[in-house]
Amino acid sequence: MGVKLLLEKANVPGIRSFEVYRREGGYRSVEKALKEMNPELIVEEVKKSGLRGRGGAGFPTGMKWSFIAKPEGVPRHLVCNADESEPGTFKDRYLMEFIPHLLLEGLIVSSFALGSNDTYIYIRGEYAWITDILEEAIEEAKAAGFLGKNILGTGFDCNIHVQRGAGAYICGEETALIESLEGKRGNPRIKPPFPAIQGLWMRPTVVNNVETLAAVVPIINMGGDEYAKIGVGRSTGTKLISACGNINKPGVYEIDMTISVEEFIYSDEYCGGIKGGKQLKACIPGGSSVPILPANLLLKTAKGETRYMNYESLSDGGFATGSMLGSGGFIVLDEDQCIVKNTLTLARFYRHESCGQCSPCREGTGWMEKILYKIEHGKGSMSDIDLLWDIQRKIEGNTICPLGDAAAWPVAAAIRHFRDEFEWHINNPELSQTSNFGLQHYADPIHVPA
Amino acid sequence: MAYIFNDTQMAEFKRLVARYPEGKQKSALLPVLHLAQDSFDGWLPTEALDYVASLLQIEPIEVYEVATFYSMYNLKPVGKYVFEVCQTGPCMISGSDSIIDYIKQVLSIQPGETTKDGLFTLKLVECLGACGYAPMMQVGKIFREHLTKEKVDAIIAEYRQTANNN
Repeated sequence: MGVKLLLEKANVPGIRSFEVYRREGGYRSVEKALKEMNPELIVEEVKKSGLRGRGGAGFPTGMKWSFIAKPEGVPRHLVCNADESEPGTFKDRYLMEFIPHLLLEGLIVSSFALGSNDTYIYIRGEYAWITDILEEAIEEAKAAGFLGKNILGTGFDCNIHVQRGAGAYICGEETALIESLEGKRGNPRIKPPFPAIQGLWMRPTVVNNVETLAAVVPIINMGGDEYAKIGVGRSTGTKLISACGNINKPGVYEIDMTISVEEFIYSDEYCGGIKGGKQLKACIPGGSSVPILPANLLLKTAKGETRYMNYESLSDGGFATGSMLGSGGFIVLDEDQCIVKNTLTLARFYRHESCGQCSPCREGTGWMEKILYKIEHGKGSMSDIDLLWDIQRKIEGNTICPLGDAAAWPVAAAIRHFRDEFEWHINNPELSQTSNFGLQHYADPIHVPA
Repeated sequence: MAYIFNDTQMAEFKRLVARYPEGKQKSALLPVLHLAQDSFDGWLPTEALDYVASLLQIEPIEVYEVATFYSMYNLKPVGKYVFEVCQTGPCMISGSDSIIDYIKQVLSIQPGETTKDGLFTLKLVECLGACGYAPMMQVGKIFREHLTKEKVDAIIAEYRQTANNN
C-alpha cells in the first residue's frame, strides 16, 4: 500500500459531513495556518513541497502563487478549477463527491495565503449533484465558524461560492474559465496579462485545480519538506489517477508516483489487469490530449528502462517515444480497440470543444475529424495520412490557448506509433469495416523500439 | 407560457446574483440561464433569453452569445427526459456505440429527436467525466452509469412510470 494523503479517509462512513470530517482530524490545517502562520509562510511551505499543478500542466504551485500582484486596495481572488472535462479524467469529481470538506479546507488555507476574501469554485455544469454537495458542505463549514466573517476569531473573512459552467471543455483553460465566470463565452484571453496580474474582473487572480488545492492540506499539516520526501525527483507528493477503459478495476487511485506503469495496470491494488484476460494494446496515460503510447513504449522507455507513473518518467523520450502524466486520466485500450476510431472520437471531441477564436484550431479540428471519418469508414487515401500530419503540425503552437495543441497531439501520436493501422484501413476498405487490426503492430519491426 | 420567474425562482435568482460584487451581476449569467431552463420546460426560447437580459440589466445579445456557446442550454424544445449519451473515446471503447444504437431502436428516434409522446429526447454528447463508469448518460441532474441494454430498458420503464404518476 502506498502513501495516501488525500483519499486516506474517503471511505470513512459519513465523511461527507462536517461532523465526521472534523472528528477525523479535518480542518486542522486551517487552525494551524490562520493562527500560527502568515500568508508568506504558507506560500513558502507550498514552494518547499514541490507541489505541481494537478490539472495537467504541472506548473509549480508555490511559484504560481508568488506571482500574484498585490496592488493597494484591489481585491484578489482564488478560483478553483473544477471544470474537469479532459476525456479520461474524473478524479476531481471523486474527491468533491466523497470528501468535499477536504477541498474546502484547502481552499480556506489557500485563500488566506493569497488574500482572497471571495473565492469561487467553477465546476463543470454536468456535475450538478456535486454542486449541491459542495453548497451543503459550505453551509456546514460556515455554521462551524470555518467560513464567513472573522474565521476562528482571527479576523480573516472568506466566502466560497460555487458556480456551474454549462458544458464547455475550453472553460478548463484558466483564462476561458475567468471569462465564463464573468458571464461570457469561454474564449481564452491573450496572455499577458496573466491572471496573477489581471484575472477575474481584471483583479489579481490565481486559478488552481481541485486536487492541487486539496494537496495544500497535507502540506500544511506535515510541512513542505516532509511532503517533498514522498515521491521521486520533481514528482513530489501523491497524485490521483483516474483509470478507465478496458481494465478490470476502473476507478480513482491515489499513487505516490514511485510505482511502475506495469504495476499500476496489472496489480490488483490498482487496475487489476486487462479485462477478459486480453492483451494490452495501447494507453493514453494522462488524459485524452497527451500522446497515446503502444504497449511496448508504455511499460518501458525507448532505452528499455522501466517506466514509472510520474511526470519525468512518463515524458521520457519526449513526444517521439514518450507521453505525459497530464491530468492523470489513464485510458487503457485492449487488443480489440481500433486506433483510427479512437482517434476519430477524440478529434470529434476537440472539434466540438474548439471555441472558434483561432483559425488553425477552428478549421483544423474540423478537417482532422472529417479526414479521420473518411479513413475509418473505408474511404481514405494514402495522402490523407500526410494531410492529417500536416494539419496537426499547423495547429500546434499557433493558437491562443493550449486547446490547439491538445487537439493536435492525439492525432500526431496515433500516426507516429500506429501508422500501419491507418494504412491498413486505407488498403482494406471493406475488411476494416468488419474486423480490426488488433496487435499486428507488434509483428512489425518498425514499431518495436531498439 | 409566460417567461417570468415565480417567487421561489426569483429568490434563487437573487441568491445567485448576490455572490458577485456590486456591478458585476453579469457574472451570474450562466447560473441564471440554468435556472431559467429548469423553470421553463427545459429549454430557452428567445423570450426567456430576453427576460434574463432584462433581469441582469444587460443587452439581449450578451445573453444570446452565451446561450449559443454552451452545449447545456437547449435552444429548441426537448422531451421531458433528455438522454445525453456520452460518445467520446473512453465511453466508445467501453461500448457506447451499442448503447446508442439500442436507445435509437427502442425509442425509434435519431439523435436530436424527441419521441412522439414528448417524453424522451436523445442527445449525443462529449465526455461527461464518468469515464471509469462507462458507458453512461446524463438524465437531468443524474448520471446513469455502467449502462447495459437491460439497464436502458429499466431506466425507460422507470421514467414512463414517473410520468404516468404525475
